[in-house]
Amino acid sequence: MTSKISSTASGVGRVLIAIYAVMALGATARSVFQIATKFSEAPLAYVLSALAGLVYIVATVALVRSGRRWFRVALVAIAFELVGVVTIGTLSVVDAVLFPADTVWSSFGAGYLFVPLALPILGLLWLYRVRSSQENR
Amino acid sequence: MVEWFVWVQIVIAAVAGVTAVIVGFAGVKPNDYTLGATLLVEALLAVQLVMAVIAPAFGNVATGSALEFWIYLVSAILIPPAAVMWGLIERNRWSTVVLGVACLSIAVMVYRMSQIWFVQLA
Repeated sequence: MTSKISSTASGVGRVLIAIYAVMALGATARSVFQIATKFSEAPLAYVLSALAGLVYIVATVALVRSGRRWFRVALVAIAFELVGVVTIGTLSVVDAVLFPADTVWSSFGAGYLFVPLALPILGLLWLYRVRSSQENR
Repeated sequence: MVEWFVWVQIVIAAVAGVTAVIVGFAGVKPNDYTLGATLLVEALLAVQLVMAVIAPAFGNVATGSALEFWIYLVSAILIPPAAVMWGLIERNRWSTVVLGVACLSIAVMVYRMSQIWFVQLA
């Protein structure tokens, strides 16, 4: 991979990166606030919230960087998010005490207009497209 | 926060955002209109910042956590300049969509800020 721009960061991938960057900023800042002010209310939920924020940062960086290794990092980070939003989303509906409504993955990301649910799906579709276009080269 | 100003801000950010996303996908590069609209959104955030600083002196205080409100406001203020810089450096249609994403994010964040200010029970 010698091109200056990584393939995952080209075209509409640019837009994906911008949304990931906003989510990284939003989720991380909010979880820092939650852990700093009301950690004892729902420790598990807020730790997972912080983890989600960190994974958004990793995904943002991995999509910007080029190369096979970063592609794999992006794949793992985005897949992790999908598992996270589906698992925590379901748990938050089943057990509202363990997972209060104000974490990024609660109720499948309803507090963030379901962006946390839509984003990993779009991300995986995008990675799939990038990979198949590279194989056809 | 002043409620009518919040709604002016949300509507302008939402309209600017939706417009930029649509024209961006249609192939328009960042131009004076889309960049200008994003700067307008930023200017309104700056006004909101000043208002949020002086409002408590007039008895207009946040009903929710002031700290959470400020985290949102400071995060929001960072977003439009980043998108505008992106639009100036990389002049293609996707940068226009990025401008739109930035403006839509601001619309959502200002709405969240208004909830913290007006209706938070915590």
